Amino acid sequence: MITQLMPAMVNVADKEVHSPEFATLYVNEPIDFKPGQFVMVWIPGVDEKPYTISHHSPDRFGITVEAKGIFSKKAVSLGPGDKIGIRGPFGNGFNLGIGHKRVGVVAGGCGMAPLAPLVEAFQTHDGPEVLLIQGARSKSFLLYPDRFAAKAEICTDDGSKGYKGFVTDILVKKINELSNGSTPVFDMVYACGPEIMMAKVFEICEAHGIPCQVSLERYMRCGFGVCGACVCGHAVVCKDGPVFGSKMLRTMEDFNTRALLKTGQPVPLNEYATWRCQ
Amino acid sequence: MQTSFLGKNLHTPLVLASGVLGNNKAILERVWENGCGLPTMKSIGPAPREGHKNPTVIDLGNGMINAVGLPSPGYLNMEEEWQELSSRDFPVNASIYGGSVDEFVRVAEFVSAKGPDFIELNISCPNSDQHGMIFGVNARSSHDVVAAVKKVVDVPLIAKLTPAAPDIAGIAKACEDAGADAICAINTAGPGMVIDIESRQPVLAFKKGGLSGPMIKPVAVRCVYDIFRSVSIPIIGLGGISTGKDALEIIMAGATLVGIGTAVRYRGITVFDKVNKEIDDWLAARGTTMEEIRGAAHREAL
Repeated sequence: MITQLMPAMVNVADKEVHSPEFATLYVNEPIDFKPGQFVMVWIPGVDEKPYTISHHSPDRFGITVEAKGIFSKKAVSLGPGDKIGIRGPFGNGFNLGIGHKRVGVVAGGCGMAPLAPLVEAFQTHDGPEVLLIQGARSKSFLLYPDRFAAKAEICTDDGSKGYKGFVTDILVKKINELSNGSTPVFDMVYACGPEIMMAKVFEICEAHGIPCQVSLERYMRCGFGVCGACVCGHAVVCKDGPVFGSKMLRTMEDFNTRALLKTGQPVPLNEYATWRCQ
Repeated sequence: MQTSFLGKNLHTPLVLASGVLGNNKAILERVWENGCGLPTMKSIGPAPREGHKNPTVIDLGNGMINAVGLPSPGYLNMEEEWQELSSRDFPVNASIYGGSVDEFVRVAEFVSAKGPDFIELNISCPNSDQHGMIFGVNARSSHDVVAAVKKVVDVPLIAKLTPAAPDIAGIAKACEDAGADAICAINTAGPGMVIDIESRQPVLAFKKGGLSGPMIKPVAVRCVYDIFRSVSIPIIGLGGISTGKDALEIIMAGATLVGIGTAVRYRGITVFDKVNKEIDDWLAARGTTMEEIRGAAHREAL
């Protein structure tokens, strides 16, 4: 049984290769889960890292990995029969709200991974209308192109698919198009992607009186709010987040400005990103 | 519940244990606002250090095992943190470590000038082979570190001790003789180890790690009890304190202040307010005071 205590060693049931960069590892185990939550994934002898749950059903879940560093390259090389350790789920997850009529979902690159189960949760018979805006640097970085029934607005930095430009351009365009001058266009906007993108989404939403929720990324150790590795301003990302709403974002001074290195040193976000992308 | 400690007024008798939640001003302030009288910073070292690879912290249900491995930006790279902390409204206890007496002195002298309210010497961390516990298991080396640091700091000095010492009361006495103003006990116990039987591997990347939380509370209470009998300086008692009753127990063993660390995992950052209220309620129901119960477990024997 997978819990927040000792890692449970589980078999990788199968692997779906999405592109040279992305693969999803599936585990045939039940896990108590809410969209936006994450698990700590342990490869003995290598490392342990947080990954959001990108696929979920009652007896199965998946994590999507982007091959970037030592751990993630090892992870995407795993296949059926290989064992990984899982503890979790951790974090708060997205608040799906009650009675939403229309929501916006804005995904940048691998930020689609935590948002995908959210979109699926909304696609029930009485769920809200979902406007999905998905962007990536190029076509091969667009995750799960055929996964959703909802129509998606697609964009890429290089124009290799969809609109050439940013998700935030589309968000502004859609808000303007749908605006009827009185009630906000969306009951909630959910976003995950590069932090600068999420900061821009937050800024756009604030300007239009739309509440939003974004999912942050920081280097993590414990996963349950004790060690302090992922502190962002007055918030502990692994425990208070990783999903933060507008109210919290307004007072979170390190949002889109600073993050902690593995030493605990606070550095500008671009310096942190350079380290994380090594 | 105002408490006076080494000449400072603290708004509660609760201390945030070192290594929990880090060094950022905003988070330490949040802990203070939630009822912690004295936040302790994560140990500051002589050089930049990343700590160990993950897994570093595992919740065992009745406490944690950790080998985070003393990550630190290094004392020379914390200008931003000190700058922010300089405008703080709350007291801080700066924990420091070194790999030699000279390193302890160098870090302590520098940190002392940055205006912490207290300095805590980490001579007790089990998660490095060159730092921490290697000093605190021996009375001579504990004395040497405290005596050398005492000469270069102008804030009260606290020695944080390890339960791995064969005679923790003797170590405490050596620290007092060397000029320590208070004792903080205990750091994590063990070290211990957990092995995953499927992969047949120790779970922690460092293999062994310090134990904390409810499972070590009796060890902490015994250590504080022994230390109280050997020194006359105040004691910060910690190790598995999660509730008001736990706090009262370690106060009866002789603690003046009570530290909380792992309980942040089990009861959240608001654990401090909860424990304060539980202490207050217990004292009020019995018509007694903190002063009256401090060290009460010794009275029969004394």
